[in-house]
Amino acid sequence: MATLQIREALRRAMVEEMRRDDRIFLMGEEVAQYNGAYKVSQGMLEEFGAKRVIDTPISENGFAGLGVGAAMVGLRPIIEFMTWNFSLVAYDQVVNSAAKIYQMSAGQYPVPMVFRGPNGAAENLAAQHSTSVDSIYAHFPGLKVVTYADAADAYGLLKAAIRDDSPVCFLESELTYGMKGEVPDEEYIIPLGQANVRRPGKDISLITWGKQVFVCEAAAKQLAAKGIDVEVVDLRSLRPLDHETLFRSVTKTGRCVITHEGHLFAGVGAEIAARVQEACFDRLEAPILRVTNRDVPQPYASNLEKLVMPTADRVVEACEKVMGR
Amino acid sequence: MNLPSTEGPDRPATAAAMGLPEKSSLPPVSAESLLALYREMVLIRRLEEIAARAYTQRKILGFCHLYIGQESVAVGAAASTRGDYWLAAYREHGHALAKGTSARAIMAELFGRSGGASRGLGGSMHIFDKEHDFLGGYGIVGAHVALASGIGWAIQYRNEGRVCVCFFGDGATHQGAYFEALCLAQLYKLPIVFICENNFYAMGTALHRQSAVTDMSIRADGVGMVRDSFEGFDVELVRERVARAADFARSGAGPVMLEIRTYRHRGHSMSDPAKYRPEGELEQYRRDYDPLSITRKRLSQDFGVSEETFEEIRLSVESECEDALQFAEASPIPDPAALYNFTYAPQLTSMATGNDAPVFRLDAIQAERNGGKA
Repeated sequence: MATLQIREALRRAMVEEMRRDDRIFLMGEEVAQYNGAYKVSQGMLEEFGAKRVIDTPISENGFAGLGVGAAMVGLRPIIEFMTWNFSLVAYDQVVNSAAKIYQMSAGQYPVPMVFRGPNGAAENLAAQHSTSVDSIYAHFPGLKVVTYADAADAYGLLKAAIRDDSPVCFLESELTYGMKGEVPDEEYIIPLGQANVRRPGKDISLITWGKQVFVCEAAAKQLAAKGIDVEVVDLRSLRPLDHETLFRSVTKTGRCVITHEGHLFAGVGAEIAARVQEACFDRLEAPILRVTNRDVPQPYASNLEKLVMPTADRVVEACEKVMGR
Repeated sequence: MNLPSTEGPDRPATAAAMGLPEKSSLPPVSAESLLALYREMVLIRRLEEIAARAYTQRKILGFCHLYIGQESVAVGAAASTRGDYWLAAYREHGHALAKGTSARAIMAELFGRSGGASRGLGGSMHIFDKEHDFLGGYGIVGAHVALASGIGWAIQYRNEGRVCVCFFGDGATHQGAYFEALCLAQLYKLPIVFICENNFYAMGTALHRQSAVTDMSIRADGVGMVRDSFEGFDVELVRERVARAADFARSGAGPVMLEIRTYRHRGHSMSDPAKYRPEGELEQYRRDYDPLSITRKRLSQDFGVSEETFEEIRLSVESECEDALQFAEASPIPDPAALYNFTYAPQLTSMATGNDAPVFRLDAIQAERNGGKA
């Protein structure tokens, strides 16, 4: 068992897959000579050469489209967005091309590729570098949307994403690239669509994903001290969604709080709340609450940013509320 | 009257100067090969006319963009690149046909039937035919040009010795995706022939109202790309000039931008009466610049092709189109049970489609709760 930074776990996944399958290449801004803006692809140019680890100009729309075209004719691109914020200029290629071509062609052209990069807020990056894109990609059938909390999941889920025959949006985080975690030495894959119960509990199902998992674990500790036993469910992938684990948990606890980065309005939490009430209505003992970013563009100043984020304190507050305290 | 396709004070003969070969590797046309190109153009024209009729009968729905008037471009290009990868925009019935897709598969797709090229899922704008490396029709103007860079990338990556031919209209050249695709293609020296079919109207907006330059190849200069520009009403000329570009791209020298000036006889789509054209313009194009008439004249004058032969072609095209129409009429509508089959590649389909039916897994949970009784 090795202790790896998340960036190293992601790199290990890519490197192993690229050794296994020469149809895979990594393309994006600064991924090759610069070793990646966040050093995720460090050393990969050296191992795989300029044919398979490719620096691009600053043209997300162009190289996202290039990836889709290459995938259509049998390659398996990994397209890195320096941040998912920049994917918005390539939104058309992800949504109108990658997500739809398999269907438009009646299955003649699968698009086996991964779009990956950091998502959501880091710190003090202000409005245009802090977007959570979860809901805007999860909206579309044809895309898979995957994220992770720790290094072990980062490795296993990225391997699954790379091997998937459909386009996968893989959401990472600047803030946790350096976070260390244990990763088993033997190769493994975590199938997409399997949620992970990070902490079993009997009172409340706390549904989350991505680095918000750690916020939930901190909140769960605080709540335990107050005698509230929270079950933390990391969905891992928003599409496909593991309904079974989700419903099983809420059926057991009878209470559900959903927390994620990004905005409340039309966020993924709204979709999950709708599905939970539909499936578990007769088991719910309290309304489903959501804790997300405040409904404003991200501010720069530290104090304001802290107000915006779905912090552990806010999660605790919501959990106490559904417990009637 | 000055016709737009023949205008252009600054259309320098740049091709040779930029390093395109003086002549392509293709042999000159023979009576037989030119006749085959002529037949293909007649087939496209006739199939489009039948599609127009079926559209007015509401047998074809949605958007339907006809290629009538531009046949020489797709057919001429196919003569030298039929074994290569092609993709086009939404006015692509003619391209698919020229590339090898059957009239049956195209007409059935327009009818939304399971026998269509895309099994009725794509429709007029999204014809795909993997067997013939026809990678689609696309409805977001300019966006598919970026896909072409990826196909070119894959060709180079695998050293296939092929080219990607990407067709788009003059209207696409103002899109960001288009410009980014050119930048990447030239930077990586990808084997792509970009073909701008300049028909002088982006929907209803005339060229001079949408662009400060009227030679649509000129923007290739900004990325350092070799280019050529010519009138495309003569299929023989298109065949030769596209072949030159394809030879260049195939050799590994990099992509080529072609502006092929052409003219559509119909409106932008079936719902467009095309009232924005100056009076007399369409009539003059139909009289003097109709690809079918030009080639027919050449065949009879220079190759001695007889009226009987033209009549035979007309009849065989008529019968092929009639067969396509009957096939489309008879082809079953898509099976509703197959609705979810093409959202995700097969490996995880069951899990993916579960998103639309969360309740079906609930049964098991409820059964468990009720002590095993459903």
